[in-house]
Amino acid sequence: MNILRAQGLGKRYKRKWALTGCMLEIEPGHVTGLVGPNGAGKSTLLNIASGMLEPTTGTIEVCGGVPGSGPAQLAKVGYVAQNAPVYSGLSVEDHLRLGARLNPGWDDDLAHQRIEQLGLDPRQHAGKLSGGQRAQLALTLGIAKRPELLLLDEPVAALDPLARREFLQGLMAAVAEHGLSVVMSSHLVTDLERVCDQLIVLVDSQVRIAGDVEDLLATHHRLTGPRRDEDSLPADQHVISARHTDRQTSVVVRTDAPILDPVWTVGELSLEDLVLEYMSNSVTTRPALEVLR
Amino acid sequence: MTWLAWRQLRVPALSVLAGVAAIAVVLGITGPELVGRTDFSDQDLLFSGTILVSYLLPAVVGVFWGVPLVTREVEAGTHSLVWNQSVTRGRWLATKVGFGLLAAMLVTGLLSLAVTWWASPIDALANQSTDRGMLNRMSPVVFGARGVVPIGYAAFAFVLGVAVGVVLRRTLAAMAVTLVLLAGVLIAVPFLVRPYILPALDDEVAITQSNVVGIRGSEQGVESMTVPEPPGAWVLANETVDSAGNVVFPLPDFVNGCVPRPDRNDPPPARGSMGACMAQLGERGYSQHLAFQPGYRFWPLQWIELGIFLALSTLLTWFCFRRLRHLS
Repeated sequence: MNILRAQGLGKRYKRKWALTGCMLEIEPGHVTGLVGPNGAGKSTLLNIASGMLEPTTGTIEVCGGVPGSGPAQLAKVGYVAQNAPVYSGLSVEDHLRLGARLNPGWDDDLAHQRIEQLGLDPRQHAGKLSGGQRAQLALTLGIAKRPELLLLDEPVAALDPLARREFLQGLMAAVAEHGLSVVMSSHLVTDLERVCDQLIVLVDSQVRIAGDVEDLLATHHRLTGPRRDEDSLPADQHVISARHTDRQTSVVVRTDAPILDPVWTVGELSLEDLVLEYMSNSVTTRPALEVLR
Repeated sequence: MTWLAWRQLRVPALSVLAGVAAIAVVLGITGPELVGRTDFSDQDLLFSGTILVSYLLPAVVGVFWGVPLVTREVEAGTHSLVWNQSVTRGRWLATKVGFGLLAAMLVTGLLSLAVTWWASPIDALANQSTDRGMLNRMSPVVFGARGVVPIGYAAFAFVLGVAVGVVLRRTLAAMAVTLVLLAGVLIAVPFLVRPYILPALDDEVAITQSNVVGIRGSEQGVESMTVPEPPGAWVLANETVDSAGNVVFPLPDFVNGCVPRPDRNDPPPARGSMGACMAQLGERGYSQHLAFQPGYRFWPLQWIELGIFLALSTLLTWFCFRRLRHLS
């Protein structure tokens, strides 16, 4: 059973497609990172999964139902939108009351415990909270509703490094304790690599690659060697990017098989390098620097 | 959901209620001393003031309760917070609109009750009077500030604000548009709808020396005249017609000499001479046509107009629910 399955999912705003032909399957119990540059369609995908938006094409199934289709479906999916919106006129306590009134599965003890741990004053108005506190409050609302799947859209983008770490720690504690699945987006891989075990790379409104982080790291290699054309590589080595200098060629390939060609020096990629290779995708879009000169 | 709806409406609702209560207190103090009087000229300020407030209240409700209902959530992004609790948007909107409507109708009903009660001695006197200077409760401006129609105006204004907000999604722009649309409807209804809800009564009056009460003219001569109007009625037409029933405007040349012309330095006319002169119209087959809504139609017209505005509100509410799916 997948907790999220999308088939041919697309969304068009007026003329522009924000998401096209999106195929995804996410199994439950994972923390999935959704990475991509700004405007790649990350928010659109999360908005569709939460039921905020309706897809233009394709189908999506979240926790076994159509997103936003009814109270039962809404109860299964938690969503913290970008910038963690909260009611600035309501106090922290009011927000917890709001959660309790609007969610049948509300875990009031958990909510109050979290607020206490975070050191938030329950009487303080949410409008006066710092960015980090606001994000924590929104996350508390998302977690205490006890969803099966929690969607977080750029949850740490506005936070300073310390608040970022605290937020992610809190998230991981909740994941470990309640076994919920998480899909969180970010345009920074460094935010995600500590917490995610699955990764989806979204570029230009399309899913470029999706998979287990360890698998991705194990199947991607940077090959460095004397200059040669990347077309001469074996068919099972899928070229992600290639760079050439006068004497040297450096390619990033994806392959399940070991690299046997002795001319190559095989190097490992960090997750950040890997994602950047997909984002820049120099094979098709960017000409090598030499050509420009 | 009711808790949140109330929590969000609390401040604007209570502040408007406080204002209405203050007005009600003033009216409650000054009201009793109006009973039995026959001259209310010293009450002009309160009389016009209460009418003004009666029209302002629906506008306030529409602009400050209706518009922000959706636009503030969308502008602050909190709609994505509240729509992701275990409550569907449909129920969210239904609760918020339901609460707002109830409060809007209650608060305007209260104001209208106070104003209608306070003005009842004045309205009763105006109802007997044929003096055109005294506005009776059938006259367009007063009609909308009495009885039950303000409740309909408030309901309509509130839902109009919500609907415009749903379409525009920006608070300030939606406030301005709501205000303009509301003013347009409140001006259009008395002129384009209310006269025709029930067919007006017609009356044919002979023009005699004694019943010419008004003459209007220009440099070119006498244009029109009026005869006494039925007391307490809303007169839609008071016009001279020829024997075939066609409206005559301006009046025929033979009455031009009846009135001293400003450009000819005529001496003031002898008492009664103008009436006698105008009476020639009657002798030559002209008569005066009256079309009016009689005073006893006040309540039927009130209920019908309330019904019209509630129907419009229902239509707009339906529109809001239809558009809600595409709002995010």
